[in-house]
Amino acid sequence: MSQPLLQVEDLYKSFGSLEVLTGVSTTLERGHKTAVIGPSGCGKSTMLRCINYMETPSSGHIYLDGELFGEKRVNGTTARMTEKELAQQRAHIGMVFQGFYLWPHLNARDNVAIAPMKVRGMSDAEAYELADAMLAKVHMSHKAEEFPERLSGGQQQRVAIARALAQEPKLMLFDEPTSALDPELVGEVLKVIHELAEEGRSMVLVTHEIRFARDVADWVIFMGDGGIIEEGAPEELIAKPQHDRTRAFLRQILEH
Amino acid sequence: MGFEKILNLGGPLLLGAVTTVEITLVSLLLAIVIGLGLALLKLSRFKLLHWVIDIYVEVFRGTPVLAQLFIIYFGLAYMGFKVSAFPAAIIGLGLNGGAVLTEVFRAGLGAIHHGQREAALAVGMTPWSSLRYIILPQTWRITLPPLGNYAIALLKDTAVVSAIAAPEIMFYARNLVTSTFETTLIYVLAAALYFCLSFPLARLVERFEKRQSAWQ
Repeated sequence: MSQPLLQVEDLYKSFGSLEVLTGVSTTLERGHKTAVIGPSGCGKSTMLRCINYMETPSSGHIYLDGELFGEKRVNGTTARMTEKELAQQRAHIGMVFQGFYLWPHLNARDNVAIAPMKVRGMSDAEAYELADAMLAKVHMSHKAEEFPERLSGGQQQRVAIARALAQEPKLMLFDEPTSALDPELVGEVLKVIHELAEEGRSMVLVTHEIRFARDVADWVIFMGDGGIIEEGAPEELIAKPQHDRTRAFLRQILEH
Repeated sequence: MGFEKILNLGGPLLLGAVTTVEITLVSLLLAIVIGLGLALLKLSRFKLLHWVIDIYVEVFRGTPVLAQLFIIYFGLAYMGFKVSAFPAAIIGLGLNGGAVLTEVFRAGLGAIHHGQREAALAVGMTPWSSLRYIILPQTWRITLPPLGNYAIALLKDTAVVSAIAAPEIMFYARNLVTSTFETTLIYVLAAALYFCLSFPLARLVERFEKRQSAWQ
């Protein structure tokens, strides 16, 4: 059990001639929370999306629980997994998107229950029991029968978090979970994420909420131009940033 | 003008109506299978496949159904494949409708935000599961109104297959005209029959559209 939960090893990603990630490496211990901050376009979302292979890295490797993720070893080299194999691995990582992406044809309970049913093969009764428990966790039990269009952005995001929790994942990825929300709805979502963090869940969180990152994370990574510029414990990095770019970024963010 | 006369004319027309409904349903089914299948194939990355599908769509959308029916019916016979009127009508209308519905389903699939699929993959669904449980149910609801309109149009357009002597409403109507010379009455009756079929269909489509507003 000595190996870290997540290892990101020398990740590169280009879209055509555009280099988005230029060698990112980091590790996450079980139960730890890493926040990734940085200006728009710095590659932080792409980094997150490479972790569960929503984007295929141009080079570099991901290890989850010491196991190669998204790739398999073939004759001494590595090759991309088939979609089916990849799906089985992805089931262990929950992902929360900036745009929620609830499925509009399913009500809140079905949004949460469908993956347990169709991915993990649970019976309807088991899946709904799990879904109800997860909706309770995000304080959405009272809206279980509602369709997404009848929910506020904050409520939709909380259902999306419940959907990811229903995977009973080893790791949670949050991709700017509050950036698409009206300011008055940000709090309810941050509160839920905070509660999950206190349960000891492992998570990687891309966010613009610096104060929240400081309160929740035990490690903060500041990214710029596709690489890690500076990283450290939140009190250190946010209170005493070493790099000019980190300082400039934090000043700009914290003034608002 | 006797009520009896109408009854005498109505019998054969009703017989034709059964064939009209059969041709409509079977060619609609064929058109949906072709249209959905090709629209899904267009999601693939094989450029050659896109080309072939585009050519099919353009050719069948850009030429009259009547010409297509004649080519299938007489052209195949000329090449030694004798098809009778009913299957020729099904193939012709099915291929023509397939081209129309390929575009309908392609637009429907395209209207679904890529995040829907990403979220499905993220929870561990395979691409097939994501299509089946997430993408297709949404596509279905988006395409239902244009699909319903197409079905109504198709029902009326089946009249064209009388040209290759498929025994539907218009085929019987024309035969009756030549034997009785009650031209106006017969065509009014035929039109009334089409209306009796299309009106309930339109109401059915309307009800489907209302049901989908639960989430749109």
